[in-house]
Amino acid sequence: MKLVTAVIKPHKWEDTRAALETVGVTGMTVSEVSGYGRQKGHTEVYRGAEYDIALVPKIRLEIVAADADVEPIVTAILGSAQTGRIGDGKVWVVPVESVVRVRTGDRDDSAL
Amino acid sequence: MTTAPVTVLAATALDSGNTAWLLAASALVLVMAPGLALFYGGMVRSKSVLNMMMMTFGSLAVISIVWVLVGYSLAFGDDLGLGLLGDPRQYAGLGQLMGEQANGTSTVPVILVAVFQGLFCVITGALVSGAIADRARFGAWLVFVTVWTLVVYAPVAHWVFDRSAPGHHGGWLLNRVGLVDFAGGTAVEICSGASGLALAVVLGRRVGFGRDPMRPHNLTLVMLGAGLLWFGWFGFNAGSAAGAGQGAAVVFTDTLLAGAAGALGWLLLERLRDAHATSLGAASGMVAGLVAITPSCGSLSPIGAITVAAVAGVVCALAVGLKYRLRLDDSLDVVGVHLVGGLVGTLGVGVLATAAAPTGVDGLLHGGGAGQLGRQLVGAGVVLVYAFTMSGIIGLALQRLMGFRVDEEHEVSGIDLVVHAETAYDLHSTAGARSAGTGVLHIHREERR
Repeated sequence: MKLVTAVIKPHKWEDTRAALETVGVTGMTVSEVSGYGRQKGHTEVYRGAEYDIALVPKIRLEIVAADADVEPIVTAILGSAQTGRIGDGKVWVVPVESVVRVRTGDRDDSAL
Repeated sequence: MTTAPVTVLAATALDSGNTAWLLAASALVLVMAPGLALFYGGMVRSKSVLNMMMMTFGSLAVISIVWVLVGYSLAFGDDLGLGLLGDPRQYAGLGQLMGEQANGTSTVPVILVAVFQGLFCVITGALVSGAIADRARFGAWLVFVTVWTLVVYAPVAHWVFDRSAPGHHGGWLLNRVGLVDFAGGTAVEICSGASGLALAVVLGRRVGFGRDPMRPHNLTLVMLGAGLLWFGWFGFNAGSAAGAGQGAAVVFTDTLLAGAAGALGWLLLERLRDAHATSLGAASGMVAGLVAITPSCGSLSPIGAITVAAVAGVVCALAVGLKYRLRLDDSLDVVGVHLVGGLVGTLGVGVLATAAAPTGVDGLLHGGGAGQLGRQLVGAGVVLVYAFTMSGIIGLALQRLMGFRVDEEHEVSGIDLVVHAETAYDLHSTAGARSAGTGVLHIHREERR
């Protein structure tokens, strides 16, 4: 089992959700986050004073999936969230040791 | 049957129309307090919005009472000599003004005039707080506005607003110098701006000023507050006409146009300089235009009002940037908007006044010569220097005696929580008891059993 985490542009979130549905993803955890990478922040102006805002709003998706499903998921995210411009975000995959479904107590693959 | 009403009319000079308007106008001026609280509160960071609003509400509570006890007498009592100060005992407590005989020839109850004028003091004091956002101890602030009402505002109001009449000697700037300040360009705007400047110097810069982005946390509150201020300003200016007649109508018209032209002036400058017309710019420009029309609303034609307010919008938009060069943390631009806008309006009378307007004075461009401009300069300069000096002294004394500024640690973690034990917003209520900051509920009454 793997945990797929993606940080993407907020306006791409609906496209990505739809793309993930077509590859059979039935659930995920989504958070509004902020951060910065190579794109750095943006500028806002209040009463003539320019503020360099270091943090840019992003959406973070977290999906726990069976090993075999990981590649289609990553491909779906790439296909839907990519604009080709700086600031598109990252996807990373880490191994998961164990998963338990709280309602039933099911473990690991049957809990996915 | 027919003689009774005549007898009643003969016993009093009161005019019900004038009285009704001044009652309503006073209530409108009161609305400026929550308006200012929203305007200022939206501009600070979310961790200090309650303290910002409490400085206005605290001023409202404290100054209303101090004004009635002594302030009104200092400002509008018979002059003690040289036009500098009224007799503090004359109307102390206002009990002397309860009967109709106290009104003399006034067409409105004098006790109502006293309250109307007291609300001016409330707004002026509250305006000062914008210069020291996020970092003033609440108790010290309340002591400051108390002393400031008696030492700064009441004398200045006496000089500027207390008109001499048969049997009554008023203040020197109005009666001897001939300053024209219809609703408080000097007494309210320049006075609050100069007092704010002094306190910003005394308290020093906020932690992280010029380094951290201290963005306004809620611009919708700022817009709502600016709108309420404009609404209340109709009472402030047109109420100062002291009657519901032609004069009040002219002043009302100029007040409408000033907010509009001020907003456009500020937005135009922003669009050219920063490439964006901002909502904060619209709200600020509106206030700048209204500040400038405060002294001049009785002296300008509608076109004159548009001119002065548009100039104020542009000049104030330029002035607010100065604090970064001067490294002066006038947090919400009390100087840039109220001091500078007050100067534009007060001097604007000397330039653009027309004798066709209620105050009947011609300025430079209407053939009145430079005399009035000189009188305006004297009034503006005197109030600026006096308010700055005295507020600075009061501020320093309080800093020394009781501490005016909160600890650095508390300032950084948030003044709302430390000073008031409250948080303005709970935006995590869906997660119930486990969300950030919600904690565990203790009911004090049950604990005591």
